[in-house]
Amino acid sequence: MGNRVRKAKPVCAALLLAGALAGCATWGDNPRDPLEPLNRAMFSFNDTIDEAVTKPVARGYRAVLPGFVRSGVSNFFSNVEDVWICINDLLQGKFQRGLDDFGRVLFNSTFGIAGVFDFASDVGLPKNNEDFGQTLGWWGVGSGSYLVLPILGPSTVRDGLAFLVDTQADFVWRIDDVSSRNTAVGVRFVGRRAELLDATSIIEQAALDKYTFVREAWLQRRRSLVYDGYPPREKDDEDSR
Amino acid sequence: MKTRVRMAPMNLLRILALAAVVPVAHAQITAPDALVKSITEEVVTVLKQDKEIQAGNPKKVAELIETKILPHFNFTRMTRIAMARNWRLASPEQQKVLTTEFQTLLVRTYSTALSNFRDQQIDYKPLRARPEDTDVTVKTEVRQPGSPQPVGIDYEMEKTPQGWKVYDVKVGGVSLVTTYRETFASEVRSKGVDGLIKSLAEKNRQGGQAKSGKT
Repeated sequence: MGNRVRKAKPVCAALLLAGALAGCATWGDNPRDPLEPLNRAMFSFNDTIDEAVTKPVARGYRAVLPGFVRSGVSNFFSNVEDVWICINDLLQGKFQRGLDDFGRVLFNSTFGIAGVFDFASDVGLPKNNEDFGQTLGWWGVGSGSYLVLPILGPSTVRDGLAFLVDTQADFVWRIDDVSSRNTAVGVRFVGRRAELLDATSIIEQAALDKYTFVREAWLQRRRSLVYDGYPPREKDDEDSR
Repeated sequence: MKTRVRMAPMNLLRILALAAVVPVAHAQITAPDALVKSITEEVVTVLKQDKEIQAGNPKKVAELIETKILPHFNFTRMTRIAMARNWRLASPEQQKVLTTEFQTLLVRTYSTALSNFRDQQIDYKPLRARPEDTDVTVKTEVRQPGSPQPVGIDYEMEKTPQGWKVYDVKVGGVSLVTTYRETFASEVRSKGVDGLIKSLAEKNRQGGQAKSGKT
């Protein structure tokens, strides 16, 4: 525990520094991305690692393991995550959803054999998407500047800080045995990357400038999640034609 | 008198013709959610049966999109939204070329997405709109096998005399159209409208060479 807190400190400091920098310096054209030059460097660093290591491993994972095994792995981690999602529902005062997500954990942990099967989705308890960043956003905390984190990728100052809270609450990061913990974190990461293989191939096809495309898509995605899929319409430039 | 007799059948014909056309035109404005559902079901059926599409034959996918999907999209409006303020900087000819190039890019992107389609399950959400609304959002949700998290696909639609047209698609809350805004704006800022057209054309040319729907 103490070890983890110590490790979290430099990350925290880096995020705060980034936030402070974002406050005074504006290097980019976009007011939501004042750290653009730094972010671009980090983005291309992440991209290089993804191309060289993560993507090939994820492809292998997808090629070697049959679909039902992959979905079992994905469901298992998803079930663990549902506990934290449930807590975030409650923190946002969404009691009905909190109850639903509690039901999901209960149902999938038992009938779904420790979460390997997601039967709850089939009986009308669909998976929700919550995390601490969304909870902060729901209470009105603005997202702050766009921030590309090492390995983890797109984020914002708010979501980056909130991620540290998510990690503290994450059972997978709480596994005591270091090698089991690293294996679990690694498998989850690769599994998620594998699920995104199709999506990233679509981005490659779609984007003129990948960095800008991913940034805009990410910011919209987070906004939509904070409002549970019903974000208020923004003032539309198009209508000033 | 004579002329009147000759005119009468002509008028009658016209009235008959009108009578035949008008109610049909009215009846053919399908409700937006029904339209999305029928097109989606039709396309999914083809995707599931067609072995060539599953193998990633780009020509077949493009054909499917052009016949079934394109007629229901308003690409001029999509381009206008993506261009935002800069739309007015473009001449009518530039606007036309931009629309064509952007359409090509979106269709390419769409075909990549379609050739990745496997056994997804699509749910249609009830439409939240009043009958007199002319601008609605049709919400659907796609569940991928192996991933517990469903992905929302929303169609922003407007009512036109030619029926309901899609002017934006949002995947997981991400707009296919406004995501391009910043890119377009910075291209126009640094290279002008013609520079943007050139970049789009270049991107489409590359995509045409390399694309086969593989991951």
